[in-house]
Formats: sequence, C-alpha cells, structure tokens
Amino acid sequence: MMKNAVEVRDLVVVRGGHEVLRNLDISIGGGVTGLLGPSGCGKSTLMRSLVGVQQLRAGTVTAFGLEAGSRPLRDRIGYVTQAASVYDDLTVAENLTFFARVLGVGRAEADASLEAVDLGQQREQVVGRLSGGQRSRVSLAVALLRKPDLLVLDEPTVGLDPVLRRDLWALFHRLADEGAAVFVSSHVMDEADRCDRLLLMRDGRIIADGSPSEIRQKTGADDIESAFLAIVEEDVA
Amino acid sequence: MTPRITFAVATRVLTQLRRDHRTLAMLLLLPCLLISLLWWMYEASDPAIFDRIGPALLAIFPVIVMFLVTSVTTLRERASGTLERLLSMPMGKLDFLVGYAIAFGLVAALQSVLAVSTSVGLLGLDVLGPVWLLTVVAVADAVLGTALGLFVSAFAQTEFQAVQFMPALLIPQLLLCGLFVPRSELPTFLEKVSDVLPLSYAVDAMQHLTTSASTADVWQDVAIVAGFALAGLALGAATLRRRTA
Repeated sequence: MMKNAVEVRDLVVVRGGHEVLRNLDISIGGGVTGLLGPSGCGKSTLMRSLVGVQQLRAGTVTAFGLEAGSRPLRDRIGYVTQAASVYDDLTVAENLTFFARVLGVGRAEADASLEAVDLGQQREQVVGRLSGGQRSRVSLAVALLRKPDLLVLDEPTVGLDPVLRRDLWALFHRLADEGAAVFVSSHVMDEADRCDRLLLMRDGRIIADGSPSEIRQKTGADDIESAFLAIVEEDVA
Repeated sequence: MTPRITFAVATRVLTQLRRDHRTLAMLLLLPCLLISLLWWMYEASDPAIFDRIGPALLAIFPVIVMFLVTSVTTLRERASGTLERLLSMPMGKLDFLVGYAIAFGLVAALQSVLAVSTSVGLLGLDVLGPVWLLTVVAVADAVLGTALGLFVSAFAQTEFQAVQFMPALLIPQLLLCGLFVPRSELPTFLEKVSDVLPLSYAVDAMQHLTTSASTADVWQDVAIVAGFALAGLALGAATLRRRTA
C-alpha cells in the first residue's frame, strides 16, 4: 500500500491580507478523500497549494516526497479547477488532443478519457455550446489523461445530474482502487458518504478528520451536516 | 522548453483562430482595406504621400493587431483557469510564450503577404528593395506586438484594462515613429525618445526597404526589432508566475 501521497505541514496561506489557511497539518493517503466545507472556507486554496500554483506564506507541501509543483511531480498530478479550465472555442476532441500533446500521451488515452466521463457522443461539439455539467466533464477528462498518481478535484460534481454524479463517484473509486490518491472537494454535505475518508473544513482549519461513520459516531449525529454543526457549536462553546 | 509542447500551443492557438471567422477576417482583410483607403485619400491630391506613409502602415498594422489579440487572449487564459492548469502540467513558460509568438507570427506572415500584394500589386506602391523582405519585416513586427501584448497582459486584471494599454503604450510610439514628422526633424528630446522606441525601427525598416535597394539598413532595423521582441518575451516570462497569490 502506498504511504502518504500528500503531506502538508504548518501551512499558512494569506490571500488579500486575510489568513485563508492557518497552520494546516494534513496527510492524505490512498483511497478517496473528501474535503468538505462551506464555500469560502479555504478548500480551493488548499487544493491550489497541493498542485503548486499557490504562493505559500509558511509551511511545506509535499507529494510523494517531492515539493508540490516541482517538475517531476507535474507529470503525476491531475488537477481540475473549480471553473472548467478548458477552451470554450474548441471542440471536445480538440481540447483533449491539445492537452494530450502537452502531457505527451496519445490518441488512445484521449479517447479512453472521454469514454470515462461519458462524452464520446459530444466529441465533435464546441465546448462553449455544452451544458455546464458537460463542460466540467471535459475538464475532468483532461485531468484523467495521464493516469495520475494523485487526482485533485475541486468541486467536480457541482450541478450534475444525480445519475452522472453517482457514475463519477464510482469512477473516482475505480481510480483509487487502481492505486491513485483521489482528493475531492465539495460543499454539498450529502456527498460525504461517498468518501473513504473525510476532512471537514471551516474557516481555514480542519475541524474533523476520519471516515464518515467515525465522524458520525464521535458526534452522535445522524448525518454529516448535523455532525458538522455539532462540531462547530462545540468549538464555539 | 520542449518543442512538442511549444508546437502544441501554436497549433492550438491557430485552431482557435480558424474557428473564429470574424477575428480571422479582421486580421487578414482589414489591413488591405485600410491601406486601400489611404491610397484613395491621396490618389487625387498627391500620390507621393501614399508612397511615404504606406510602408509605415505596413509596419504598424502587425504591431497593433497582434498586440491587441495577444493581450486579450492571454488574459482570457489567465481568467479562465487554463493557464493555471497548463502551469500545473509539465509546460515551460517559454513553451507558452514562444507557442503564441509562432502562431501569431504565422498569421502576421499571411496578413503581410495580403497587405503587401494589395499595396504593391494593386495600388502601385513603389518598393526599391526586394518585396519579400517586406514580409520578413512584418513578421518581426508581429512578434514584437505579440511580445508586448504578452507582457502587458500581466498588468491587466480584465480584458477592458488590457485594451486600454493600447493607447497608453502604442499611440505615443505611433506619434513619434516618423509617420507624422520625420524622426530627424523632431525636437532633440523627442528624437532621443523615439530612438529607444521599438516601433521607430519597425517603421524605419519599411521605409529603408521602399526607398533604397540596399538591404543592410533594413536587416539592422529588423535585428533591433527582434531584440525588442526577445526582451518583451523575456519580460513576459518573468511576469508569468507559476505560483500566484
């Protein structure tokens, strides 16, 4: 089994004069790890730090023992930003072809990626004319191109049809079973139970860490939303 | 830098342009129409003026057009998240910048072939030097415009701001490049200023080409324009940060 894919130590990130992440310590291993919290709590900033595009004030972030963002890591990490980071004026296939060339993978991988997100039918359509959910799937397909060892997904299932959402979560688990570490953020608490392990985040800090059932048990709550509330109230008291 | 990635960027930029028929039409046809307008203006009164200003316009079009197109498209990459994604991949900053420069350099070559054919073939512009060299100068000018556009896009937060850089950066150069008053007749201070502005050399190159059969001066001007373009790309690379706040 893989040892920890990601190690975050004493991470401090300041954006716009505001401390977004405060002395964060996290380890992320294999399986599907969910990062849950309200919007604005620092999820995206943490994800940007993991892929090495965020300026850090203090602390270290490493993945597979290498500094986040370092050259050898950039081949091994798939990253989906919150906005669908694809070219609206190109077709689905053209987008995939371009990113495949950048990553040095072939047509077969591009086709497999498109199949994985169920966009085979839309390959010749211009991305700008697709629905929001389809666009974010194109973005996800790009992240899957190179069979990443670490997949960092910032709210990949927002606004998707429930059937598709279920299929994507199944895909994340399949990738995790094949050995990738999958790190997914969401602000929708009902997605919590689809994760092997949960990190609950609020105001730049991790307030709970464990499997969904552990977190429920610890707080005596029926669902993660109530658990979240219980932890926050305990914190304030 | 990795050639595979640089060419992937260039091909992708060209594919995007090919899909955008309106922009493509503006890039390729507008210079021909404007230069025809200039010819028409002076046709009755003093055709010699067309011979004097025409070459300058052939230098100015590629700089302005590529500056605008590049600053807006790069800004779009920054805003849409595609740049962030590319920088999280094994892409060098120079792959990105040079890829753009190659794509727009090619468009400029096509643009100048059309504009030069119109000017020389249809409108009777007198060129003493080799006509093909006009295209070489135009490509150097376009790469200069691209480099400047890439550089300023780092200082603009919105496309609206990016467009405002055009009057701020290019109009002073346009006024001082010798189009209105020959540079040697400018007040000494302004002449010195015009000596350090890239557009002056872009226009000089075209004027040397049309008024003399010797090409040594032209190549020297092209070298200076290329130097400015390289400096612009280097500055652009310096402003392209992998990690942002």
